[in-house]
Amino acid sequence: MADQTQPEHTGFDHLGIPDRAGVGLRHPHIPAFVRERPPAAWLEVHTENYVGAGGPRLRALEKIRQDYPLSCHGVGLSLGSAEGLDDDHLANIKAVIDRFQPGLVSEHVSWSVTGGVYLNDLLPLPYTDEALDIICRNIDHAQEALGRQMLVENPSSYVSFKSSTMPEWEFMAAIVKRTGCGLLLDVNNIHVSAHNHKFDANAYLDAVPLDKVQEIHVAGHFVQHFADEDGTDRVVLIDDHGTHVEPAVWTLFRRALERIGPTPTLVEWDNNIPELDVLLAEARKAELILSSVRAQHSSMANVDVA
Amino acid sequence: MSTLLDIQQAFRAGVLGDNDRPARGFIVEDEISSDRRVGIYRNNTLISLSKALAACYPVVERLVGERFFDHAARTFVKAHPPLQPQLLAYGGGFAAFLDGFAPARSVPYLGDVARLEWARNEALFADEAPVVDIAALQRVPADQYGALRFRPHPSVRIVRSRWPVQSIWQVNQADEVAPVDLDRGGETVLVMRPASQVVSQILTAGDGALLAAIAGGATLEEAAVRAAETDEHFDLQHGLVAHLQRGTFSTVSLDTNRGTAE
Repeated sequence: MADQTQPEHTGFDHLGIPDRAGVGLRHPHIPAFVRERPPAAWLEVHTENYVGAGGPRLRALEKIRQDYPLSCHGVGLSLGSAEGLDDDHLANIKAVIDRFQPGLVSEHVSWSVTGGVYLNDLLPLPYTDEALDIICRNIDHAQEALGRQMLVENPSSYVSFKSSTMPEWEFMAAIVKRTGCGLLLDVNNIHVSAHNHKFDANAYLDAVPLDKVQEIHVAGHFVQHFADEDGTDRVVLIDDHGTHVEPAVWTLFRRALERIGPTPTLVEWDNNIPELDVLLAEARKAELILSSVRAQHSSMANVDVA
Repeated sequence: MSTLLDIQQAFRAGVLGDNDRPARGFIVEDEISSDRRVGIYRNNTLISLSKALAACYPVVERLVGERFFDHAARTFVKAHPPLQPQLLAYGGGFAAFLDGFAPARSVPYLGDVARLEWARNEALFADEAPVVDIAALQRVPADQYGALRFRPHPSVRIVRSRWPVQSIWQVNQADEVAPVDLDRGGETVLVMRPASQVVSQILTAGDGALLAAIAGGATLEEAAVRAAETDEHFDLQHGLVAHLQRGTFSTVSLDTNRGTAE
């Protein structure tokens, strides 16, 4: 599935991202990946962390890239910016992609930049026709500048806007249809936003174009309690990527996989980063579910043939 | 009708300000207030950017303590948010901010320690380049040495302070911090990354002046004159050999049209 985005020429052995579990490559684990080649089916980096002229971080990734399939996941393009994209930053991203030849390139349906200021968070968009026009224009621009298809990730959010005129899944589906980009389905984000905005996570899966999903993210989240004025406990789920994946998110992951089929899946863990063994164990859980769905799918395929 | 730009500007004001008021009119309120909701984004932004600063300025943080650092960092983030979507490029203005940060007035060398840490950060991500070794100079006739022009390695930075800033940085690398005599005077520090590790070391006033002049485009002779004016103990041969041994330069050429010594 991921192979359609492959560049034709590359100096690396590992090209496409396999339909298996990978992990986000984070700084504390880099020495282990350079030295010991631990068992992860593929790796994903935050593209912006490798924008730079030189130094040991880039050298380490060049070494690691020899051994693993790689995906570049951006956090700074700000696809939802009303003022358009920053072409200098886009050129920096292109340089990273040209250098490391990732199998997949992705970004978020969110914004981080306004008035030239970068807020270092994935901020929410109103789901309006205007915002849809803007993000589609920006995605077209990015795909053209990068010379390849991108995947866009469904966001997690803590506010909704009065001006929104459509649900998030409709917004996501329209983006995919209009720009030809692929989907990065973050099932933790669906779970978090379903709680925060009181929608049904399964209905979300029914409404987005699952045939366009080329990658899945799973991650942990934080349960934030607020006491109301009258003392009532209110809960907001915060997408902090700071702990194990919740059972409810694994369930949603399995449901998504059963419908999409085996798909490259990434475990993201960005805060309270654990020992590498703990992260790899989390990826093995994803791998187990992937294997069981793969088995299901091949037996169903046999039935179809018969 | 509000446009997306209005929402984004209002949201930015709410995130970098003290309350949600600028954004409130755009946000759906239910049993959880808009202030709580915008506050989540404010927290994410301030915490993640303060953490990025702490990663870049570990000695500054150690000198003032975690709580003071966090307060200083959040104040800096609100006044000087990033202008590029790259955390490794964020925080260059922190030293100047600390110079004027009233609560830090009792630690007058704090800004210069931050300058040194920023120089180390820049050196870490600077471009790769070859290093000129002494052997490359053996092909140059002795009477042409004065016309040599060197280009410093892209990672080279010089930090000058009226405080013993490298000594302060050095003692703070150990678990037990030895005292530094602040009256010992200023230091000129060379920061560079000749291989994979960033190194910083104290230069004599003459060696520092030599390098600064070379970095400014001077020939070796011109730079040597400036170094001798700065430091009566300056010894050109000693200073030049020391720079070559450190790997300070990435190219060398003769200041004529007769070719290069590379």
